[in-house]
Amino acid sequence: MDLHGFGHLLLAGTWITLKLAFTSLFFGLILGLLGAAAKLSPIRILRWIATTYTTLIRGIPELLLVLIIYFGTTEILLRMFDKYIEISAFAAGVTALSIAFGAYATEVFRSALQEIPKGQRESAMAIGMTRWQTFSRILLPQLWRVALPGLGNLFLVLLKDTALVSVIGLDDLMRQAYVAAGFTKLPFTFYLMAALIYLLLTIISMQVIRLLEKRANRPWQGARS
Amino acid sequence: MQKTKRFAMSLALVASSALMATSVTADTIRIATEGAYAPFNFIDSSGQPGGFDVEIANALCEQMQATCEIVTQDWDGIIPGLRARRYDAIIASMSITEERERVVAFTEPYYSNVLAFVGPKGTEMPTDADSLKGKTLGAQRATIAGQYLEDTLGSVVNVRLYDTQDNAYLDLASGRLDGMVSDKFPAYDWLTSEAGSAFEFKGEDIDIDDKIGIAVRQNDTELKERFNAAIQAIVENGTYAEINAKYFPFSIY
Amino acid sequence: MSDLIIQLSQWLLTLTQGAEPWDSYARYLPRLMDGVWITLQLVLLSGVIGFLMAVPLALMRISKNPWLWVFPYCYIFFFRGTPLLVQIFLVYYGLSQFESLRNLGWIWTDVLSQPYWCAIIAFSLNTSAYIAELFRGAIQAVPKGETEAAQALGMSQRQQYQHVILPRAFGIILPAYGNEVILMLKGSALASTITLLDLMGATRGAISRTYLSLEFFVLAGFIYLILTAVLIGFFRLLENLFNAHQRAQDMKINNLDPQIKDKHLEDSVR
Repeated sequence: MDLHGFGHLLLAGTWITLKLAFTSLFFGLILGLLGAAAKLSPIRILRWIATTYTTLIRGIPELLLVLIIYFGTTEILLRMFDKYIEISAFAAGVTALSIAFGAYATEVFRSALQEIPKGQRESAMAIGMTRWQTFSRILLPQLWRVALPGLGNLFLVLLKDTALVSVIGLDDLMRQAYVAAGFTKLPFTFYLMAALIYLLLTIISMQVIRLLEKRANRPWQGARS
Repeated sequence: MQKTKRFAMSLALVASSALMATSVTADTIRIATEGAYAPFNFIDSSGQPGGFDVEIANALCEQMQATCEIVTQDWDGIIPGLRARRYDAIIASMSITEERERVVAFTEPYYSNVLAFVGPKGTEMPTDADSLKGKTLGAQRATIAGQYLEDTLGSVVNVRLYDTQDNAYLDLASGRLDGMVSDKFPAYDWLTSEAGSAFEFKGEDIDIDDKIGIAVRQNDTELKERFNAAIQAIVENGTYAEINAKYFPFSIY
Repeated sequence: MSDLIIQLSQWLLTLTQGAEPWDSYARYLPRLMDGVWITLQLVLLSGVIGFLMAVPLALMRISKNPWLWVFPYCYIFFFRGTPLLVQIFLVYYGLSQFESLRNLGWIWTDVLSQPYWCAIIAFSLNTSAYIAELFRGAIQAVPKGETEAAQALGMSQRQQYQHVILPRAFGIILPAYGNEVILMLKGSALASTITLLDLMGATRGAISRTYLSLEFFVLAGFIYLILTAVLIGFFRLLENLFNAHQRAQDMKINNLDPQIKDKHLEDSVR
């Protein structure tokens, strides 16, 4: 396929897409853990906050979230501090995608935590561990294994959602395809090219996730046989 | 294109922060432009800002005998950046509007924008509301052209508003649009390019009394007056006409 | 209906007395409601078309004959592995690259050149890939005893599918299908990028005139939440109607509740 010299721009865009996806994954995982902890917490107000968070995110389009954060945050900051603080497209994108990822990850972590037998929690308490110790020493290490398949799927969704950030002008893969299509008047060629790159990223991610799952399950395989 | 623009922007930011560090000399004026509105302002292949606005800016600085630093800034953040003192003036084909005058001050206009209809060559396309009835016309969202289209023809034609001007051009070329309303001078640039060669202006220009000025901070009256004097001077000594002729075969003042 | 909304808007305008953002809310109410209507059309039409496309895709996908399963496999993989935004642009802007399409007569002028139909095509293709995967999982989840019983009754393969497996599979996926429709509702906001004035498009239009970005985005978010709630309610009702007589023990219907579980978690991509 003749890319009219736009090939390197697509690659540069792919790099930004990956940076965006992994940065959002990092913050999204933290949000998800906090959310799950809040949902299972004995404090009612925390549970309420977490439920509101996940319900809101489930009903609001990701595109709207990206736009609210990009245009809205500066306005809120301006009104609060009467000072203009510029939010870069990248920061806005990471914020929006992390928030969206975090909401779904909250559910994954929550059900994973519930899957861990209650007996373990009780025995930890019985030997005098505090609630936090039980969480950090007993539950958290096992969480990874149980939550991995769900998180893997969420990462694939996140990877595709990064394309939305092109709407606020971040030079990601989608946006570079957009620029190239406008410049060369060959929209089909460039959007198809972008689609194939996204597909490739999906395939690679799936293989990596599968590998991670294999590794995470290794200690358990011996016990089963 | 976009890439180079960002790159130039970060360069410009580095440059301007370095400038601030070495204490700004009294007569250095920092001027922002957008760099995405050809032929008025754009980033050339070497990453330098160029275009009508930039040449006018340089001519004004020469007239004022000041050193100028040209930086590029995204449109959405261009007024806030001025207020945050990142630069001292905006020369970026900005229309003087009441809304903007509440937050910044404008010089006297340095050119007048008009709108125009664009349609395929070889077709009759009268531009009165009756003849346009039922046709599909496009414009860019959040522009004066888009507002004009919605306000004056919204009830008789199908209005399609695009995120970018490029997408409107794509749909005009594909035949999805019967015509387009846009700022005349950038459209002139497109019509003279290969992609726009099958299209032409239709009907009369639409004069919406859209004046383009230089924006400065509201309390910067001194700078505003210096710009005003310089604009008048370059119009009188012919520098303006010289720059004008490089871009358009007609006067846009 | 629209007259009523315009009257309501005018009445609200007399109440707001120019206080922002309420004044702009009232003024743009009719356009936003038009947008809601377009959003609903997009979601419902592509939900139905996507469903109809998904059934044959799923049936081909579970076949053991490589000639049959390769196409749906690639199709599903493509539409699930790429962003919806790319798909919409591919359908809308991409098609205009082929000049020969413009000679297709009404197919070009009334369908492919209309952003409305392009959005419906893109959404239907996208959602059918997801629903087909759901269907495949559901067909395989129909308890073996039921197909064996049908076989014992002397039903042909075709009869088994028609009378036992497909209706049963439909019951199984109903909650997950509802979930998919809600994801489609969220995805439909992308129609605004191809000039369509859906709820998102109308919102962005209002913002470009009033500059009240935060206010209108928040309002739109609120309306999307209401639409989500309405859809959830609708599918709960449908579920009760459809699954009431066959709520078997082994089907964890509650586990498929859109509020509790997400489809993306439910059926692994592999």
